[in-house]
Amino acid sequence: MTTLDKVVGGAPTRIDGREKVTGAARYAYEYPVPNAVYVWPVQATVARGRVRAVHDGAALALPGVIAVLNSGNVSRLRPAEDAELAVLQSADVAYRGQIVAAVVASTLEGAREAASAVRVDYDEQEHDVVLSPDNPRIFSPRKANAGFPGTVHWGDAESALAAAPAGVDATYTTPAEHASPLEPHATIAFWEGETLTLYNADQAPWMSATAIAALFGLADGAVSIVADHTGGGFGSKAVPRPPTVLAALAARAVGRPVKVAMTRQQMFPLVSYRTPTVQRVRLGAELDGRLTAVWHDALQQSSKRVEYTEQTVAASRMMYATPNSHTAHRLLQLDVPTPSWMRAPGEAPGMFALESAMDELAYALGMDPVELRVVNEPALDPESGLPFSSRNLVACLREGAARFGWAGRDPAPGVRGQGRWLVGTGVASSTYPVLTMASTATVRAEPTGRFVVEIAAADIGTGARTALAQVAADELGVPMDQITALVGRSVFGPAPFAGGSMGTASWSWAVSKACRTLVRELDERSGVIPPEGLLARADTTEDLAAQERFSRHSFGAQFAEVKVDVDSGQVRIERLLGVFAAGRIVNAGTARSQFLGGMTMGISMALHESLQLDPRFGDFTNHDLATYHIASNADVRGIEAHWIDEHDDQLNPVGVKGIGEVGIVGTAAAIANAVFHATGSRQRDLPITLDRVRAAMRTG
Amino acid sequence: MRPFAYERAADPGAAATAVVDGTDAMFLAGGTNLVDLMKLGVARPAKLVDVTRLPYDRIEHRADGSVLIGATVRNSDLAGDRGIRERFPMLTRAVLSGASGQLRSMATTGGNLLQRTRCPYFQDVTKPCNKRDPGAGCSAIGGGHRDLGVIGTSGSCVATHPSDMAVAMAALDAVVHLRLAGGEERAVPLHDLYLLPGDTPDRETVLEPGDLITGVELPPPPDGAAMRYRKVRDRWSYAFAVVSVAALVTTEGGGSLREIRLALGGVAPQPWRAHQAERMLAGHRPNRELLLAAAEAEFASARPLPENEFKIGLAADLIAASVRDLMGDLVAEERR
Amino acid sequence: MAVEAFSSDVTLRINGADHSVSLDNRVTLLDALREHLGLTGAKKGCDHGQCGTCTVLLDGRRVNSCLTLAVTATEQEIVTIEGVAGLARANDLHTVQQAFLDHEGFQCGYCTPGQICSAIGALAEADAGWPSHVTEDVAAGVASRAALDAEEVRERMSGNLCRCGAYAGVVEAVLEVAGAGPGGGR
Repeated sequence: MTTLDKVVGGAPTRIDGREKVTGAARYAYEYPVPNAVYVWPVQATVARGRVRAVHDGAALALPGVIAVLNSGNVSRLRPAEDAELAVLQSADVAYRGQIVAAVVASTLEGAREAASAVRVDYDEQEHDVVLSPDNPRIFSPRKANAGFPGTVHWGDAESALAAAPAGVDATYTTPAEHASPLEPHATIAFWEGETLTLYNADQAPWMSATAIAALFGLADGAVSIVADHTGGGFGSKAVPRPPTVLAALAARAVGRPVKVAMTRQQMFPLVSYRTPTVQRVRLGAELDGRLTAVWHDALQQSSKRVEYTEQTVAASRMMYATPNSHTAHRLLQLDVPTPSWMRAPGEAPGMFALESAMDELAYALGMDPVELRVVNEPALDPESGLPFSSRNLVACLREGAARFGWAGRDPAPGVRGQGRWLVGTGVASSTYPVLTMASTATVRAEPTGRFVVEIAAADIGTGARTALAQVAADELGVPMDQITALVGRSVFGPAPFAGGSMGTASWSWAVSKACRTLVRELDERSGVIPPEGLLARADTTEDLAAQERFSRHSFGAQFAEVKVDVDSGQVRIERLLGVFAAGRIVNAGTARSQFLGGMTMGISMALHESLQLDPRFGDFTNHDLATYHIASNADVRGIEAHWIDEHDDQLNPVGVKGIGEVGIVGTAAAIANAVFHATGSRQRDLPITLDRVRAAMRTG
Repeated sequence: MRPFAYERAADPGAAATAVVDGTDAMFLAGGTNLVDLMKLGVARPAKLVDVTRLPYDRIEHRADGSVLIGATVRNSDLAGDRGIRERFPMLTRAVLSGASGQLRSMATTGGNLLQRTRCPYFQDVTKPCNKRDPGAGCSAIGGGHRDLGVIGTSGSCVATHPSDMAVAMAALDAVVHLRLAGGEERAVPLHDLYLLPGDTPDRETVLEPGDLITGVELPPPPDGAAMRYRKVRDRWSYAFAVVSVAALVTTEGGGSLREIRLALGGVAPQPWRAHQAERMLAGHRPNRELLLAAAEAEFASARPLPENEFKIGLAADLIAASVRDLMGDLVAEERR
Repeated sequence: MAVEAFSSDVTLRINGADHSVSLDNRVTLLDALREHLGLTGAKKGCDHGQCGTCTVLLDGRRVNSCLTLAVTATEQEIVTIEGVAGLARANDLHTVQQAFLDHEGFQCGYCTPGQICSAIGALAEADAGWPSHVTEDVAAGVASRAALDAEEVRERMSGNLCRCGAYAGVVEAVLEVAGAGPGGGR
């Protein structure tokens, strides 16, 4: 094969970009499926209780109504680990907004109207929906999400805190947040005998298909998921959610293809959210800034049906060197929907608290916050004692400080006035673990000279399709335009989700392995491709098991400049600059977008996002995009992302760490720290709304 | 959404007749709020009478300096109108601060005035709301009300009127032109179009079925007036006002206020003309203390709730800042 | 009294072609495009005018098709993302489409058709001299699209939410087209 310039590390345009800008890219709801009918869920209007009766007569009398589904007339499902998937399996109501019935009708408008005509009687029970720190049912879970231990300690944090010459003890809160991808969760479902096809808004075609097959008691491979394009997910589409199950149940019940698309309002209770947290952070330090103790406790919520504990304190275990540490999660299970993954679950809220506390410590010590972080750089992972495969936090801080113009910053808070504005700057660190899961991939050489990559990856906007084509092109030594990269279909075989920032790391490993196998086989045939083509399949299960033990993380540093309007308390981002160390960057264009996208969601987290639960009703009062604010274009000013050239040979063949989540970690703290620098008032509760800024400025 | 009949009105009389004769019939203009509410089940008309083709789509600048803005003039055309921009820049700024470019292309002058509150409980038919269902109770008072009203509200309802345009119009002494169902024409000051909620928050305006807004008249602004619209919101664009202020001043010798008009958005069930504050300020040289005292007097009758009490202080600060900036504008104008 | 019909026979002129269909009056223009006419380029994000993914051009002006009843959209030129390339071509793409590609003005692509239609509408508004909320002197407005800066573009494009956070690329893309001067995109 000829020698070509490598495309990994370049910035080729997205191979599906043209489809996206012309409107040709098909998302789940957009496949033409003949004879499809429409499903509209009916949602519980009590937070806890039992459905006594579903009165469907009025709905069934409406034109075009085919069926009204309830827990008495749909297929029985196998028990699932995620109880949220037991859609219409019992009369129990576990949260307000749960699906208690559904209308199937021949038109979208008819289905909506009929759903409003279904009357449901409940035996209502008292509900408990408030994450109250003094609830006696709070407990310490043994395990947190992703296998992290619930509680970890070493040394004697209490004694060290008592003895420390300097310290911080503060409580930070983060609200419940909603992923709210712009594409609502949507499914087209149809059955052919005992096989089920789902066009699904999905981050995990193969894993979702496997989960749905298990739920319906079907053979492996009986469920086929198509997710050629997914309009964002941010964790909310990483596992099946109730709407997908409803679609499959409804299609089976009426024996026809069905279409389900969540309305924006329906999404809020039904497709998961980020848990609210109440976090107390206590830091002890020597006067030179070296930490003597890190103590971090996070209270969060889950549903009564599912124990989901987000790994909120996990980053506090590996971030800075400390001889004494105590980090714990506490959980309260409530009559609420189950919280789940949302971009950087754990790290995003946890690092808001830790990195805010580090800024408070820097002020307590009279030390530059960049330098405080630098002096606490650990040689080994403080928790595991393992070496880091690579750790370039300090390089990110230095590079970021230089680019941002941090040097010479006057630390004095609340003194930089420009007319009606107060100006401030802040910094925070970012981190996210490098996770990898086993994957399979297939590469086929065609007699035409084209190569077809097939992998059940999902491109939810990350650019995975393009990145995998780049990897294949380099491995095969051919130009990228000779590669067809097919993703988004469960039939391509086992592959992990687009989540946990592990997609590219996991998938590229399988793709590169399959390509290398194919190259070997082609070499054996002197490069001659047989008329039927040549196929190589790879499975990385054993490769992963053989990995050496290292602590693997990406890092970053974010610098924010804000202006606070003294008249109103409004916070305006002037600049936000991130520098990241995330292994090899496969595609500079899509990677930049991923970092900027994470940081933008971080701005949103810092200033806008907050689900407001009404304790009387038990649901989120704000459940649309006019009342659940996410950052608009006008809110995102002066944003830049850069990265360190990092080579780490302890990762995977391509050397990538994953970039989807590190960008949101630390952003909120950098902004909150900048608001303190501007106003002199510490903001420990997210989001930093103008009324909070005003209140803090009044009390100092 | 209930099935509905659709009719495109050929002339104003036919439009009124279609609504008066129809059961649950409503006028449809830009649709940006009505269609939204129909999807939510809040509005359930059986018939829509489309008034967008009626001859109310012009902005007429008159020789006396007044202007008549047709009821079906789209918000984007209103904001783009050269004469409005030059002589009523506060109105331009207010319109441009509302919604988005897309929504402004659709929304009409009349529809903007008649848009409904964005109270989340009003928009959620599974929860009690006196405005939607008289006597059901107000969920907002004991619930999430941070964005709702502090003044002019009642024990039945704390909704706010969401318009920006109407706040600027209130400060411009706008008069709303109506064609009543029976065909007679009437002009009502904008302030008198709206009803405070009292015990009947379902009644929001003086309009009866079939009454049609045909336009809004703005009298000529006072000579030498400076005017500003300032909106504070939870993000920098595409959000309803937390509080907004429309302010117009003229000065006389020595920098004292000859005339001052203040209207507030985001605080009340209607664009809130701060007459009390205006009376305290007219004839005086405004300093921050006096401005804050005037705001305090204005809000003496306020009945804030725990989550929205901050709006009073915010409104006061914005009034002070707006007048400060207007005085600066006038000084700059003189120097030119 | 005659029984009133809940549906209407309408002719919609979309991307230069007439489509005659009988539609329930409740059908929005967005659902007419997506469910009845096979034009799925315009997206449903919120269905309430709160996100902008459904933006199309109606007689050259950007509107939320989710709040436009199809029955009201007759006798107007409707242009969707599938038809914008007919307005101002760069190769076989509209200049705005090409700029979004070149500047990574998107990630997942779901808000993209709305962003692009919105940008075309916004550039036309600037050519008409219309100010925005952030225009210093609203009386003067802006000379043309070429006068737009990043601050202006951000404000004018704020009716299109992007959850992937591709705003920086959107602004770069629109600025590039704006900088090329009037006439690039009608």
